[in-house]
Amino acid sequence: MKAAVKKTIEKYGNDKFRLMDVLIDIQQQNGYISKEAVAQIAEEYGMSEVDVEQTLSFYHFFSPKPTGKYSIYLNNSAVANMMGRDEVAATFQKELGIKFGEVTPDGRAGLFETSCIGMNDQEPAAIINNRIFNRLTPFRVKEIVRDIKEGKEISEMNVQDWGDGENRSDLVRSVVSNNIRKIGPVLERTFKAGQVIEKIIKMKPEEVIDEVKKSNMRGRGGAGFPTGLKWEFCRNAVGEKKYIFCNADEGEPGTFKDRVILTQRARLLFEGMVIAGYAVGASEGIVYVRFEYKYLEQHLESILQQARDAHYLGKNILGKKGFDFDIRIQFGAGAYVCGEESALIESAEGKRGEPRDRPPFPVEKGYHDMPTVVNNVETLCSVVKIILNGGEWYKSIGTNESTGTKLLSISGDCKYSGVYEVVWGFSILDILDMVGTNIDDVQAVQVGGPSGAIIASNEFTRILGYEDLATGGSLIIIGKHRDILNDIVLNFMDFFIDESCGSCSTCRIVPTLMRNKLLKILNARGVRQDIDDMVAWGKILKASRCGLGQTAANPILSSLKNFPHLYEEKIQKNKSFDSGFDLNSVIKESAKATGRVPNV
Amino acid sequence: MSQFVRFTIEGTECMASKGQYIVEAAKENGIYIPTLCNYTGVKPKGGCRICTIRVNGKLMTACTTPVAEGMNIENDVEDIRELRKSIVELLMVEGNHFCPACEKSGQCELQALAYRFQVMVPRFPYQFPLRKVDGSNPKIIKDQNRCIQCKRCIRSIKDEKGRNIFAYRRRSSSVEVVIDAKLGKQLTDELAQKAMDVCPVGSILVKEKGFVIPIGERKYDKKPIGSDIENMQVSKI
Repeated sequence: MKAAVKKTIEKYGNDKFRLMDVLIDIQQQNGYISKEAVAQIAEEYGMSEVDVEQTLSFYHFFSPKPTGKYSIYLNNSAVANMMGRDEVAATFQKELGIKFGEVTPDGRAGLFETSCIGMNDQEPAAIINNRIFNRLTPFRVKEIVRDIKEGKEISEMNVQDWGDGENRSDLVRSVVSNNIRKIGPVLERTFKAGQVIEKIIKMKPEEVIDEVKKSNMRGRGGAGFPTGLKWEFCRNAVGEKKYIFCNADEGEPGTFKDRVILTQRARLLFEGMVIAGYAVGASEGIVYVRFEYKYLEQHLESILQQARDAHYLGKNILGKKGFDFDIRIQFGAGAYVCGEESALIESAEGKRGEPRDRPPFPVEKGYHDMPTVVNNVETLCSVVKIILNGGEWYKSIGTNESTGTKLLSISGDCKYSGVYEVVWGFSILDILDMVGTNIDDVQAVQVGGPSGAIIASNEFTRILGYEDLATGGSLIIIGKHRDILNDIVLNFMDFFIDESCGSCSTCRIVPTLMRNKLLKILNARGVRQDIDDMVAWGKILKASRCGLGQTAANPILSSLKNFPHLYEEKIQKNKSFDSGFDLNSVIKESAKATGRVPNV
Repeated sequence: MSQFVRFTIEGTECMASKGQYIVEAAKENGIYIPTLCNYTGVKPKGGCRICTIRVNGKLMTACTTPVAEGMNIENDVEDIRELRKSIVELLMVEGNHFCPACEKSGQCELQALAYRFQVMVPRFPYQFPLRKVDGSNPKIIKDQNRCIQCKRCIRSIKDEKGRNIFAYRRRSSSVEVVIDAKLGKQLTDELAQKAMDVCPVGSILVKEKGFVIPIGERKYDKKPIGSDIENMQVSKI
């Protein structure tokens, strides 16, 4: 064990900033990270044990206790529930004889819940030892559990056919489907790796930035910061070394477009990073990929190697003297907040994924305090096409304020879940038509995931764009038969509560209080005051450090605004106060044990 | 010579050295911005959010934002006062704070802020969490009931090699500040006392010592927190 830990630490250059990689490897090797391993890492890095543990205990996929030879992580997102997760979850528990959070007595299998794994278009889905198991049914679960009991290799457990495209390739071998439903300028297939690198080496870096600025392209992660401007800031910032980060940590429940790009268009993405590197004068690129996509690791590494072999990466790229740039992959370990750019950098430095205070912004002080650009996967892919076809061309697509196209991840109650590349300015009505949904069957559309807004049919004429409905790309269609408060809002609130980093007092405390208010209303104990309180308390969250905290009340606030009747019909009209405390139910257990009857 | 910048707080013209954090810059101009997780000489973290101000219309934390030329700062205005009071109340209901029985009463910054903001009864329901009191360290008691996760101890108490003696564990509402079992054993008396002094509340207490200063004669027993800044003679620059 000791030798293995030492070897892992050496593999990552005895560099304590690579703590994430070390912990990931040890977790993978042993199924957990023991106290002894923590002590050894602390010793080798000259850290205290609690310091190692503060990183370890932050991430969902690290565990100080064994998680079983087969570690099953079943997604608990709202859409998974819509697609029949309850039965699947019950079957797993029944067949394995354990509850969530437990490991079978023989240590064979562990069963855990996890936040959205980026498979909303093929739910219910689970991750077992890094492999994806999608479209689960109770029958399928029985097969899986039988295989586990027989001790089958994970790779032998996939009895279904492989997915489409690269999912079938030898290095992926996954059952995941791409579900690409609509292709546009970003996803189109004619792009050839290296094509645009050949073009930029004949340009000055400033000209590359100008072209991107000309396109009016804005960041696709959700915040919508102009990409060209970000690059210019970073280019002008002072630092011995500069970094390009690709944010492939898409964790917003309902989004999965980056999964598809990583699977089918990784060459395009890496080319975008090389362009960014050339433009800002960076020599190193890091793709921060969420742990849920670990099954794509070999595939991505092999494409990077091909790029190195073709001199698209490495020293003096395509013979251009001094143009050095290489890319490494950094995996996360299960934390939504790491999708926030400064938290992502912290995580890549081996620390807890806690957002940093800004200013300074990453373009001034980012990774290792050096100027750093963090761009979304889709942003970097779009940039390649901008340089290829020109900023003017790009600007001609979309609307005035939102140029180009947007990749949408659409799931929920619709016929054709999947990834759609649409021109900005598409209305919700257009989308419903496109995904094969009858508008009469739709109750609501969740735009932009839990941190976005839930809108009702009177707003379906609104358009997608930074000027109207801004979105990182997650759209969830919610049918008439759904119970919005129970099925969607409560699930989203639980998500935010679990995913808070815990360092801001506001985001650590308020969402729980609001969720409890919602529960009180759902339990028919709510009064008018509870609604007023939720509105007032939601405002406090605006003082949080990052976007997660600032938007953590949105599921409640947005449903209150657009579906007020759902709350109104549940509150007690004849009462102005209800403590929500039910003495009878609280003393039920003890009354039963003592043979008394609650009579209060 | 350092460069000076001009800015306003509630319309009042102020001046400070460029790059100074707003909390400090305001202080030099005799204006108190309440803080809790901030500690002089330690890198700010912007965790408690009490020092939230509005700079040119945008909410920011005064402890982490450097002052810049032409900033229009709103500090003592209705909605921000209300926000700060809410945060004090949130911290009160999040843990188990029983002031009358606490060794830090009268020296506790959370309690002092509650007095300053005239918190009578928190508007939020008490959470009454089940929390532990860790007495395993030979020198100090770590009472998790009173911890407000401000990270002051994490950021300022290190051993001679610069290693963290305190650290966060877990995340979200189950986050807690813990002591390193090994390094904690070597805690010197000075460092133990420093840890207690750094803690704004009564979560870190030095063992076998209590009530050295009687209740009634403690720091905030006579004057509200912040009054030393407000009564400060502002030197004209």
